[in-house]
Amino acid sequence: MARELLKGNEAFAEAALRYGLEAYFGYPITPQSEALEHLAKRMVEENRVFIQAESELGAINMVYGAACCGVRTMTSTSGPGFSLMAEGLSYIAGSDVPAVVVNMQRGGPGLGNIQPSQSDYFIMTKSAGHGDFHPIVLAPANVQEIIDMMGLAFDLAEKYRTLVLIAGDGSLGQIMESAELPPMQPFPRPRPDWALTGAVGREQHIITSLDLSPEGLEKTNLRFQAKLAEIQKNEVRWKEYQTEDAELLLVAYGTVGRICLSVVREARKQGLKVGLLRPQTLWPFPSARIAELAGQVRGVLVSEMSAGQMLEDVQLAVLGKTPVKFYGRMGGIVPMVDEILAAVKDMEGGTGK
Amino acid sequence: MSDVAQIPENMELIYQYPDSMTKKSTHYCPGCTHGVIHRLVAEVLDELGVREQTIGVAPVGCSVLAYYYFKMDFAEAPHGRAPAMATGIKRVNPDKIVFTYQGDGDLAAIGTNEIIHAAHRGELITTIFVNNAIYGMTGGQMAPTTLEGQKTTSSPFGRDPRIAGVPVHISEIMAAIPAVAYATRQSALDLPGINKTKKAIKRAFMAQQQGLGFSIVEVLSTCPTNWHVDPWDAMQWAKENMIPEFPLGNTKVSDAVAALKV
Repeated sequence: MARELLKGNEAFAEAALRYGLEAYFGYPITPQSEALEHLAKRMVEENRVFIQAESELGAINMVYGAACCGVRTMTSTSGPGFSLMAEGLSYIAGSDVPAVVVNMQRGGPGLGNIQPSQSDYFIMTKSAGHGDFHPIVLAPANVQEIIDMMGLAFDLAEKYRTLVLIAGDGSLGQIMESAELPPMQPFPRPRPDWALTGAVGREQHIITSLDLSPEGLEKTNLRFQAKLAEIQKNEVRWKEYQTEDAELLLVAYGTVGRICLSVVREARKQGLKVGLLRPQTLWPFPSARIAELAGQVRGVLVSEMSAGQMLEDVQLAVLGKTPVKFYGRMGGIVPMVDEILAAVKDMEGGTGK
Repeated sequence: MSDVAQIPENMELIYQYPDSMTKKSTHYCPGCTHGVIHRLVAEVLDELGVREQTIGVAPVGCSVLAYYYFKMDFAEAPHGRAPAMATGIKRVNPDKIVFTYQGDGDLAAIGTNEIIHAAHRGELITTIFVNNAIYGMTGGQMAPTTLEGQKTTSSPFGRDPRIAGVPVHISEIMAAIPAVAYATRQSALDLPGINKTKKAIKRAFMAQQQGLGFSIVEVLSTCPTNWHVDPWDAMQWAKENMIPEFPLGNTKVSDAVAALKV
């Protein structure tokens, strides 16, 4: 396939379709509506299912229904819509069905605004709904990566029969850059044997998150936890840039991770040995590698478009081995390279150099 | 069909479990009509020969465990969301029969958005809506269909319209929606009512089979436990009080549905 100039929202939508998306259910919300609009056209052209739902509650429960049938299904939204979906996300997690949700984060809380943000880290990684569960949370930093992660998201969702979230932000949704889409995958895909397909010559299949017996529900939860442990063992992903000799470590994901790559280059030019770790999975989190690097560097700087949410996971990984500082912008402001670089230099000042 | 080992030659088997039901004992209270309505749905699915092609969606409420009693593929929806889930299921399985089974709290309060929009999209699903004017499972609170003056644990002085508004009439709301092919209100309060209910359920599923549009059967029911009366008195109370508020009969029958030979 050739490289094309693609907008983030349209790119992930088209990629999802090419990776075998059979049913999309969505509700318009800025800054991801181009995905809904793209699929409104393309899903119909490809004779697949598209519905603009009555609300994000409707959308996520349509996804839940289609997921129970074992098809590749997804929705996409932004913060306020994601909050509404929490109910459905919990039920999806509680009934072992695979589904994918893209959240193009915007400024919050409340209606907030429509500018890029990373302030949904907590709700996505730690509290996507009631009950004990974590979705897998993927964090792309550019248009090519969100394209590639759509395929990964469906594969992981099906491999573990779990919920996979893609943590984008308004900037990633709106940016246009050169990227390559995958070829069209074979379609339709076979339905898995656990799915609701009609009980022809077999016992009925029941998909429910209900278990009224405490012993039964504890057993189910232990099974969920074992699944999550397996995911933590196998699916941690991150990228490192110039960490080999780094004396200071930057940790940032998504759009800020991308900006921090420029910070590293600029810092190196100025003789500062700065490296970057960019988590590609926010859950499971690359804690072990961050802990390792914490033993090597004189300090860690976390940067996010939030008040410091991923920061807590970095602190937990570092466990006080080295100072952890934070530089964040909120309200939809994207931090500039020189701002973060200044924070790096402050840190150098504060760590005894 | 039958698992009765041997029927003597001079006898005939005239009544048994429908194939579409499991043999589990239900958890419903004595006098509750959920069991009757379950059986009617199961008999209809048997008669249409579609058990293996049917996927049901259970609600949250007393019938949350409906999938233990229906012998077919089933999902259990979040409270009120069954029509949205059923939409997802049906759209990826257009050749299947998909139905939701919902109570009045589930469908007429928390789930109004989902049911109204599923109906407006003309989803080719069937909804069985059981209305007993109270929240049963949570212990007898006021429902959207609770009658004016009716005492419940959350309307202890009787439902006061100045505080709690007036009963929601789902079948009449459905009648106003062009994409609804069939909406009817029946009752499970006596034998004639039960027979008519079965016919209505059959018409509703046939409408789905023929792709005629969204179909919904409201069934007036009782809750002896939370009404604090015995089952017989509950039936009488419902006839005397619920039917005047919720008149029986069709509120919407499209020409194509009317032409169905049930």
